[in-house]
Order: sequence, then structure tokens, then C-alpha cells
Amino acid sequence: MTALQIIFLITAVITLGAAAMVVITRNLVHAALWLIMTFFGISVLYVLLNAGFLAVAQVVIYIGAISILMIFAIMLTRRVQQDFGPQTNAAWPWALVIAAALFGGLIWIFSGWGNFFTQAPVMGERADPLRQLGMALVSPEQYVIPFEVASVMLTAALIGAIMVAWERK
Amino acid sequence: MTIAFEPWMYVAVLPEILLVVLTLVVLGLDLALPEERRGGLGWLTAGGLTAIILVGFAVAMPAGEPRLMWGGMLRHDWLGFAFKLTALFAAAATSLLSMDLAQVGKRGEYYLLLLASTLGMMLMGSAADLVMLYLAIETTSIPLYVLAGFLTRDDKSTEAGFKYLLFGAMTSAVMLYGFSLLYGFTGSTNLYELASLAQAGQLSLASVFGSLLLVLVGFAFKISAVPLQFWAPDVYEGAPTPVAGFLSTASKAAGFAVLVRVLMAVFPGIQPYWGAVISALAVATMTLGNFFALSQKNIKRLLAYSSIAHAGYALIGVAAISMPGSTLGATSVVFYLITYVVTNLAAFGAVAAVGRVTGSDEIASYAGLSRRSPWLALVLLVALLSLSGMPPFGGFVVKFAVFAAAVEVNLIWLAVIGVLNSIIGLYYYLTVLKVVYLYRSEEEDKPMPVPGGYALGLLVLCVGILLIGTLFAPWFSFSSGAAAALF
Repeated sequence: MTALQIIFLITAVITLGAAAMVVITRNLVHAALWLIMTFFGISVLYVLLNAGFLAVAQVVIYIGAISILMIFAIMLTRRVQQDFGPQTNAAWPWALVIAAALFGGLIWIFSGWGNFFTQAPVMGERADPLRQLGMALVSPEQYVIPFEVASVMLTAALIGAIMVAWERK
Repeated sequence: MTIAFEPWMYVAVLPEILLVVLTLVVLGLDLALPEERRGGLGWLTAGGLTAIILVGFAVAMPAGEPRLMWGGMLRHDWLGFAFKLTALFAAAATSLLSMDLAQVGKRGEYYLLLLASTLGMMLMGSAADLVMLYLAIETTSIPLYVLAGFLTRDDKSTEAGFKYLLFGAMTSAVMLYGFSLLYGFTGSTNLYELASLAQAGQLSLASVFGSLLLVLVGFAFKISAVPLQFWAPDVYEGAPTPVAGFLSTASKAAGFAVLVRVLMAVFPGIQPYWGAVISALAVATMTLGNFFALSQKNIKRLLAYSSIAHAGYALIGVAAISMPGSTLGATSVVFYLITYVVTNLAAFGAVAAVGRVTGSDEIASYAGLSRRSPWLALVLLVALLSLSGMPPFGGFVVKFAVFAAAVEVNLIWLAVIGVLNSIIGLYYYLTVLKVVYLYRSEEEDKPMPVPGGYALGLLVLCVGILLIGTLFAPWFSFSSGAAAALF
């Protein structure tokens, strides 16, 4: 087992454990803190995958902005920080069966894929991935159309959100 | 794979560019115009969309071999072109049918969201890359979530918007997972590159089939196929009626466009398995849709179940494509969807026109409609008979086409189930027409005003239904052009 694999396994256990705690814990603030832990684990996964830019973006956007926003929202709302209701309903065995089947199916799919057991190649020094990313987004031979469409979509989503949230007299 | 940039690519996406310009004009005028003059925005939207359709016919028609463009993000071919025009047409009709609706028709945001969603649908039809495809689907869906919940004061509309958002987000997450698996297995996001890898036998069957099932979840949601149909009745019932019409037609047609393109491009190696899955989906979808439609009291819910059933009929054509030696399959699906869009828009348009006067969507409130407004009753007659597949309306010709496509590849049992389902469908469509034409009501001497936008929109749609039903040859060749260029 290489060092990379050991780091991956530790990260995976922490990430999955924290993700489970997000739904298990009864305290909303604790859930938000566990969520930050999950995001952090995911950013470590990005580093392991040689996606340094994504890892930084993950930390800045998800941990830095979104989680803090959530914690503020929780603290500003009324006293609903504790949940005393039941955490499962009668259908949980079914959910368990479906989840297990889905997991088994995915493992089966992956095991049929030739590269499942090969080691990730070492990437080495790449030439400035940020610059490549920027060029790819505006190049007509790469992603300019998705880039422009995303801006239209975000504008429409913004206007829609304002429309839904606006208090009409 | 690198696709060199050439200037003709600007012309090929000119309709999309003009659509964005129209969206910005609507946004600007909404700010600039005083509130009482914003009623003209509906006419502007419909007129602008018509102009874009004409421009599309004039310059953006694909000629010769289908070509990838813009770095392989889009493909310039007949399939994309046909669905592009269908989406534009549906949006134009929807804005005609919305402009006289209270709380909807005079608001710039409404048209803006409608146009943004239309842009997504146009790109869904021609997307040839998983990145582009996902963005196009989200560009279609996000404005539609807001449009379904547009009446924020109305609990049912809010519920519709929220339900649509939750189911949509869930299914698109599953679909995205399927996309990421496809990318992970191959290292490519381009559909046609994936296709060549699959044909070269570089992908294992199991991995492709598993990814396909995940991707199918997202598409089945878009076309409201069983078992992902349960959102449709609630959403259609709560959403403003023209939006429900738009959801059930343009959004569904765009979903079928990507289904046909993705399945045909990526998965030719596993066609028999895929054929079995799609056949099962088709049977379940049309049967469940028709059976639930039988007991509906609300016309929008009835039309929702009927639209589920129609997704099932169109899936017969998709199943036929998957069989070796199918020549009619793709043609019949494209043809079916174009006709279905025109017909169902007419049905929802008539429902909207009645609902804005009576304030009710219950089938019982349609009693005496033929005396209150003979023209609206006639529109409903044309639309529902076309949906049930009666000659001389468009619905007959296209149903015939999909059943013929199934018979051609020896899926005779599927065609038989389709025919039996059409008979069930006939029953509930005729039940509505019975209320419209035979039942009396106390209010039948009150006339029912039909504003200009509705009159024009419904007239165009009814003429379309009749033209497809009688002079279907030009439409048929239009659709077969679309199908021939799939590969």
C-alpha cells in the first residue's frame, strides 16, 4: 500500500463519517460543523487527484462562504436548533435495501472496468493549470458556449430567486 | 479531438444568439416601461420568437453532412434543428396564451424566464457533449422551477414549484453521477467520441449499462416516464396553465431529443438490453398514465396523466430505434413529438382560456361550454380528438407512425399494447367532450370572452393539428430528414 492510498483511506473514512454525522446529530449547529469537516475531506480528495485549483476553490467557497452562511442562517432563525422528533420513518428497511443494492451495483460496475485496480499515474509538474483553465473557458474550440450559457442560466436563476423571495404589496 | 473554429459556426447558432438578445430586450423593457404598458411584452416575445424561427429557416438550416461545432459542444444537424424550432414555436404559443392571464401576463420576469428556459431546450436538442448537455438541461429546468411556482400567493402553485425543484434536483444529481462515470471510464465528455470508443470495444458492457441506467433517471424525469412520473400531476395542477402546457410539451420534447441522441450515439453496443429497458418503460408509462387518467376530476390532472401516456407512446418509437434494421423509428419519434407539442399546447391553451373566466379547472365546470363559447369547445374537440388519435387530426398520423415503427422491427406485442391503450385513452377524452357538448349548466347564457392572444394562438395551433393530419407529407419528410442525420 502506498502512502497515497493510506492518505486516501484515512480521508475517505473521515469524510464519510462526518457526512453521516451531519444527518445523525440532533443539534443543527453541530450538523453544520460536521458539514464543514466533510467539505474539508473532499478538498483533500481533490488534492489527491491533482486538482489543486478545485481544492482551493472548495475551501474558499464551500468552507469559507457557504458553511458560514448556513451557520448564520441557523443562528438567526428562531429556536429550532434542536430536533427531538424521530429520525427515521417506517420505510427505513426499504431505503437500506435500495442503498445496499445501489452500492453493490456500483461496485459491480467498477469491478468490470479494467482500470479499477491500476495505480493513479504521477502527474508531475503541469504548466500552470489556472491559465489553461482560463483559456479553455473562452476558447471557441473548447468551452466558450457552456461558459456563456452558464452566465445566462445564472442570471435567470438570480432573477427567479428575487421574484420568489420578493415581498409583494 | 479538436474542432477548428470557423466563422459559419456563428451563423449556425444565430437563433440562440438572437434569443439571448430578445431576452435582454425583454429585461430592459420591463424596467423601462410603466406597469400599465407591460401588456405588450407578451406580443413582443411572441413576435420576436416568430422572427427567430424565420431567421432559423433562412440561415441556420443544416445542409450536407452533420458537423460538430464550437469545440464539439454542439452538433449542427437536423435532429437539433427540428427540436430547436419546436421549442421556439412552443415558447411563442405559450407567450400568446399567457399574456391575458392575471398575475402572469403583464410581468417581464415571466417572459424572461420563459425565454431562458427556451434557450436551454434549444441547446438540449443539439448538445453533443456531456458538459454542454448538463448545462442545457439545467438552463431549461431552473427557470421552469420558478415558472411552476410563479403564483407565489397561491399555495398550489408554490407547492408545484417546490415539488418540481426537489424531484428535479434529485434526478439531475443521479444523472450527473452517470455522466461522471462515463467520463471516468473513457476520459472523454464528447458523445461522439464516447460512441467511437464504445464501438471499438474499449468499454465493458457492465460499466456502460450501469452508467446508462443512472443517466436514464434524469431523462425519464424530464419526459415523465414511469417510475419518475409522480411529480407531473401535482406540478401541472398547481402551475399556471400556460406553464403547465409548456412543461408538458417543449420540456418533454427536449428530453426526448437528448434521450434519442445520447442513447443512439453512446450505446450502440448494448442496443438489445436498452431495447428491453425502453420497451418496459413504454408499457409501464402508457398503461399507468391511461389508467390513472380514467378517474380524474380535474382537467389539468387529466391532461397530466394523458401526457404521461403520450410519453409512453413516444417511447414505443424509441424502443423501435434500438432494434436492428429500424428505418422508421427515429422518424416516428421526431414526428410524434412535433405533433404532440402542437396538440397538447392547444389543449392547455383552451383550458387556460376557460379557466381564466370560470376560475376552476374541474371537469364539471366545463358543462355548457359549447353554448357559452362554441369556438373554445371546438378547439377542445380538435385537441382532445387529436390526442386520442382520431383521423383526420395530426394525432392519428403520428400514432400510426410509431406503431408502424414497432411493427417494422417485430415488436408487434408493443404495438398491440399501444393500440389497447389508445382505446382506454379515447374513453376519458370523450368523457370530457361529453361534458363540454352535452351537459347543460345554469351559466350557459353568459358569454365567455376570448382575448386576442388566445384567439390567435389557438387558431394557429388548431390549423397546425389539421395540417399535420391532412397534409402530413411535408411534415413527414421534415422529420425523416431529422432522423436520417442522427449519426
